Amino acid sequence: MEILKLIGVVIVIVGFVLKFDTIATVVLAGVATGLVAGMSVNDILTTLGTSFISNRTATLFVLTLPAIGVCERYGLKEKAIDFIRSIKNATAGRVIMVYQAIRTLAAAFSVRLGGHPQFVRPVVLPMAEGAAAVKYGKYDDEMDDTIKGASAASENYGNFYAQNCFMGASGTLLIVSTLVEQGYQVTALQIATWSIPVAVISFAVGVVRCIIIDKKLDKMATNMKGATK
Amino acid sequence: MAEIIAKMTPATWVAEVFYFIIGIIFALVGLKALKDPNAKKKTTTIVFWFLLAFTFCFGFWLPKNITGAIIIIFAVLTAINGVVPSASNNPEPAEVRKQADKFGYKIFIPALVLALAAVLCATLGSLVPALNFMTSNNAIGIASVIALICVLAMTKAPFKYAVDDGTRLMDSVGSTGILPQLLSALGALFTAAGVGTVIAAGVSAIIPAGSHLIACAVYCIGMALFTIIMGNGFAAFSVITVGIGIPFLIMQGANPVVVGALGLTAGYCGTLLTPMAANFNIVPAALLETKSKYTIIKSQAPVALVMLAVHIALMYFFAF
Repeated sequence: MEILKLIGVVIVIVGFVLKFDTIATVVLAGVATGLVAGMSVNDILTTLGTSFISNRTATLFVLTLPAIGVCERYGLKEKAIDFIRSIKNATAGRVIMVYQAIRTLAAAFSVRLGGHPQFVRPVVLPMAEGAAAVKYGKYDDEMDDTIKGASAASENYGNFYAQNCFMGASGTLLIVSTLVEQGYQVTALQIATWSIPVAVISFAVGVVRCIIIDKKLDKMATNMKGATK
Repeated sequence: MAEIIAKMTPATWVAEVFYFIIGIIFALVGLKALKDPNAKKKTTTIVFWFLLAFTFCFGFWLPKNITGAIIIIFAVLTAINGVVPSASNNPEPAEVRKQADKFGYKIFIPALVLALAAVLCATLGSLVPALNFMTSNNAIGIASVIALICVLAMTKAPFKYAVDDGTRLMDSVGSTGILPQLLSALGALFTAAGVGTVIAAGVSAIIPAGSHLIACAVYCIGMALFTIIMGNGFAAFSVITVGIGIPFLIMQGANPVVVGALGLTAGYCGTLLTPMAANFNIVPAALLETKSKYTIIKSQAPVALVMLAVHIALMYFFAF
């Protein structure tokens, strides 16, 4: 039964969907796949151990942590916040656009800004809402929700699409170790280089998105005033 | 053992030194838990970090089924939620503010050095034969050391902070830090068991022979769909790359670098669309007090779909 070999894939899907412990899920999927394929327990342990050791590459990001940790202690995040606070004459869309630019660059250089709790909620959102308050006077919940959604999204765009531009990023290293394990000799520098186009395009798409958000807010503000008259 | 040593090149020696250092960092996280009188789940946490340290420092030299057995222990320890963070030397916010004012934007220099030195070392290593020990992987280690020296020299911070802050960050990443490594190992087991062949047989029904465009689309959309279902692009990458990416793209002549680099971020288009990726889409919605918990996903949907199309186009034009 060839189809039985997919048991590992099924275990991975079920385990992740049901939020079981990720490491236990992955190991269980590996062991089950080996058993179904008729491997002995010792064969499975040896294959697992051999590939774990040869894929230590994927965990090289640990080496970058001391330097990044000390930078944080000496104000890395604080200066990033200072920078975004210095933006003048902004609209909500433009604040979000600048944040996406900073987040994209930061991700590409492996600077951890701390994401939604440490950056979007305390800095980006209040600034975007402040800009909207200056421009539109009063704004309703619907507009506020648009600003909130776009602010949180800009964090994700910058983080996801730019992080692999850094050679030591765990995603970059996962790609390298997976392909090398399958017999294709690729390097972290090559993967990081080929991650640049997506990072650049994602920023361009984000800029367009922010312009559309500003237009949408303008329209919502006009409609709101029309409705109250 | 003598056999292993005979086969080792300068590059593999340097790599083993860096893996040994990573092992020491893991051991220091374990030691931090050991010294913390209020640590929760102390024994299991210490056992996890010390065993992990052991595999990084000595696993290369020992029979591999020992490491295999240790991995089973990892799975048991994390399954019972036995690995938790211990107390760290967290920087005081007031002190950080003071340092930020003192050093200003200069504090970005070590971060820039880290990224640029890695690129520079890897490039030099590939161009200068005498420096060929600087493989891409070793370049990351060398750059980390340079960046650390740079930040310590600039701030005149004691070396103790490198240990405190390195273990603090490692502990906050926690046991999931080894997930990418385990997923690559899972990919290896899938290949050994012939899982890729089974998926490929199923997918071949929808990919007409020789259609590169449809193959690119199926791979990218497959990455996004699997990520939507599982909420994790890393896990999708192992399965879909082995099952679709290699047989239908790379074995048909596509450049593995382009396929791999674009494959993972194609998966991230799915991350933007799924409540399964709760940390990115649902928890922040609660944090920002949005009207609906799906506000962020709705906001991201148009960009995610545009970016997915961009991925398919880039792969089609640059991989072949």
